Amino acid sequence: MKADSPTKEALNKSASGMRRKAHGAQKTRHNMGLGESSSTAQRSDSPAQPFKQCFPKAKSLMSIPTGADRSRQAFLSRSTLITSVVLVIGMAAVVILNALPASSPLHVSAATVALLGKYFTYMLLALAVDLIWGYLGILSLGHGAFFALGGYAMGLYLTAQNAPLQGWQAPLEFFPVAALAIVLTPGLLALVFGWLAFRSRVTGVYFSIITQALTFALMLAFNRNEMGMGGSTGLTRFYELLGFSLASDGMTVALFIASGVAVLLAFWLCRMITVSRLGRVCVATRDAEARVRFLGYRVDHVKLALFVVSAMIAGIAGALYVPQVGIINPSTFAPLFSIEVVVWVALGGRATLYGALLGALVVNYLKTLLTGAVPDAWLFILGGLFVLVTMALPQGIAGLLAQRRRRREVSA
Amino acid sequence: MTSMVMDKGPRLYRRSIAILLACLLTACGVCVGQNAMAAIDEPEARALLEALDTNDFQAKGEAAQAIAESSAEQKTRWLQALLDGRLGKQRRGENFYIVTDDSGREWPIIDAITFEDAGTGSRRTLDIFRINNNLRGQLQGLIASLTLSDGDEASRLAAAQRLVGEVDAASVDSVRANRDQEESPTVRHQLDVALALYAVEQGDAEALETLRGNLDTRVRNTLADIAAGDSALAARAQSVLDGIESKRAWYDRAQTLFFGLSAGSILVLAAIGLAITFGVMGVINMAHGELIMIGAYTTWLIQQALPGQPGLALLLSIPGGFLVAAAFGVVIERTVIRFLKGRPLETLLATFGLSLILQQLVRTLFSPLNRRVTSPDWLQGAWQINEALSLTLNRLGVLIFCLAVFAALWALMRYTRLGLEVRAVTQNRAMARAMGVRATRVDMLTFGLGAGVAGLAGVALSQLTNVGPNLGQGYIVDSFLVVVFGGVGNLWGTLVAGMSLGVINQILQPWVGAVLAKILVLIGVILFIQKRPQGIFAPKGRVS
Repeated sequence: MKADSPTKEALNKSASGMRRKAHGAQKTRHNMGLGESSSTAQRSDSPAQPFKQCFPKAKSLMSIPTGADRSRQAFLSRSTLITSVVLVIGMAAVVILNALPASSPLHVSAATVALLGKYFTYMLLALAVDLIWGYLGILSLGHGAFFALGGYAMGLYLTAQNAPLQGWQAPLEFFPVAALAIVLTPGLLALVFGWLAFRSRVTGVYFSIITQALTFALMLAFNRNEMGMGGSTGLTRFYELLGFSLASDGMTVALFIASGVAVLLAFWLCRMITVSRLGRVCVATRDAEARVRFLGYRVDHVKLALFVVSAMIAGIAGALYVPQVGIINPSTFAPLFSIEVVVWVALGGRATLYGALLGALVVNYLKTLLTGAVPDAWLFILGGLFVLVTMALPQGIAGLLAQRRRRREVSA
Repeated sequence: MTSMVMDKGPRLYRRSIAILLACLLTACGVCVGQNAMAAIDEPEARALLEALDTNDFQAKGEAAQAIAESSAEQKTRWLQALLDGRLGKQRRGENFYIVTDDSGREWPIIDAITFEDAGTGSRRTLDIFRINNNLRGQLQGLIASLTLSDGDEASRLAAAQRLVGEVDAASVDSVRANRDQEESPTVRHQLDVALALYAVEQGDAEALETLRGNLDTRVRNTLADIAAGDSALAARAQSVLDGIESKRAWYDRAQTLFFGLSAGSILVLAAIGLAITFGVMGVINMAHGELIMIGAYTTWLIQQALPGQPGLALLLSIPGGFLVAAAFGVVIERTVIRFLKGRPLETLLATFGLSLILQQLVRTLFSPLNRRVTSPDWLQGAWQINEALSLTLNRLGVLIFCLAVFAALWALMRYTRLGLEVRAVTQNRAMARAMGVRATRVDMLTFGLGAGVAGLAGVALSQLTNVGPNLGQGYIVDSFLVVVFGGVGNLWGTLVAGMSLGVINQILQPWVGAVLAKILVLIGVILFIQKRPQGIFAPKGRVS
């Protein structure tokens, strides 16, 4: 992007948006219900002077500075360090305990390792949701769709190991192609969908609803046998991955480590994005979108970029999920699953990446525990969690932790 | 008469009486009323039925013909029972029975001749007379012509309808005689059609004109056969057939429109409550579907409390469903939504949690199984306008109900104090409060109103589908799309959007199948929102 011309265009665009707003409040309809704060923020944006005198030349986002910036958060903050260390130690501990003989009381069985690996993929998905919800304010109720698409790409690859695939699916037999499909399919869908949504400034609850419609439509589509995706049964009966048997304990541990490493890498990537200038623009967009737009930033491009990255992370999560669980079916597209992911993030704490990881772990551990012990009560508890978190814990567990730390610092 | 009869010596005598009677009847044109007929005694009746006890369908047909031509009072019932596969002979005995209910293992039976209760029978003790397709057609024709000579207008019309395509050389004279005797113009027209179809089959070109525009499938099939052949009539038959096809196509379109509108009316009912809470208050209520479910369960409960009176129960559940759902709505507003004002995403999540709780509550309280709500008589069946167009009464009822609810809601918003206050609070909350409107109370009532309307949607839905804990879940995405598609806060937009989505879905369905049609509609709406985010009807002036 050249430095000058897009900025002008953006300014013109926002200026024309302003004019339209003055006449008939066209675009404000998206923001309806976004609350007092955002509408007052928009109103206060109306400048008395012409734009170009009011604001200096806006900087291009593509030139994210890598040099030291005093006002920037450091990449390695306390929480990032702790989270990384906990993740690494946890992984190592599980692998070592698994290697112990089965007679030892500390032995961790392969089933538990597989379960923890599944949690890792959920944590990855939660990270993807937190990236756009926490830092951009985009509540996607359809992230399960990206997760499932990645999962289906992996599922097709695994199916191809049993018998060659037919038609357009045939290339997925090769792992590099499948790996590309895992990342690109969700990414492409997010690109098209996000491009359509963000350029016409669909925000807030409207965006949430159409993402939900998207995943709902995909669920219906994948339920059809004509899709060649196994219909409502989905894809199952996987035996081999990269030539190794999926049933072996070694494979379980390998997948567990792969998932853990994926979580760690994605966590660092998200951390890098959020502390960069791009991340700061994101947060600004979340808090006062119109103002950022008036400052000359292409808000739609920023949103699109993060949305696509987030969808790709979700796709990888899905791809890691499928071999560990052994099945992928259209119920992964169900709106309920996508909304559940949001509650993991909300419980852990929005806009704190480690909060998303924590939330996914806590809720899913609770789920495993309770669906086994009291199956009827699980929906009550999940529903209660939704209400509790939104009403009593808007900052989530991470918020509680931060509050306690602040109090300790004050008293110290 | 066949050799079959010849070797069963004693029956020959009775058989000839039957033939004699038959000739007599044909001579005077089967116009003899039942009263004029002399009842036959038991041995004769037994003999008539005995003739049916053969494995030769040809002989069976002749025996049926003989029964029809006899003077037995019971003959219509016999033939009907034979047609229904309920006439049988005792396996080790000489008695004939009619099975009155063949659903279980032991069937209640009655004596075929005296119609007296004869205890029970079963597959083991009874030999049911079997029939084949040819015989079935013949029996229908026989019953039809029997009913034509007596019975009231409705049964005569039904009989005349059955005769279409069943007229043959043997019966044409009697049908013609019936037609000349017939007083009712509709029945006469139907008989004309039956006769004309026979005439056309015989190669009569003039008779084709009578069939022009007739929608009967049998007429169409016969004409199609003739048009496909190379007889002299082929071209003319084709032109008549084209006329029929285009007329049918129009009725098909009308049918599609009706189904679309009825599907749309369900969407509108489900979405209109949302249009109030989401559109007017700006509150995202993901538990809306569960409020619909609560309305449906209220209907079911009221019906359980009033067994045997589905009509009364349904009428009572209209206010009942409204009040119960509205009460739930008010509680939700007071306990949750009130505290989340101005935080739409949090409201969305919290109400979603509530929807999970409500679903599980119903599952725990009642059961996860679906419940059936019986429709009252006046909502069962269909309104048959003609051969090609029939409107299912329950769908018609829901359509009318939807329009009534919409009208009531619109009047409420337009003409009442509450409606005025709701509009005032929507437009400018602070100013409305300054003018003495109690905004919190208005919020509560508005939410209660939206929830109550959702309850009404549940009452309507209970007439179409089974009631279960997941009833509402399927409607939530659709409802939101309808509201957004129609333009938020716009009741008229919701009506138009719901109806048009229903119709579009219904038009797409025959081409691409139900699931793909739904997907296409979803994608269409998503694209539409991109292009025109303010919905079909953009609100005029400043709304924020």
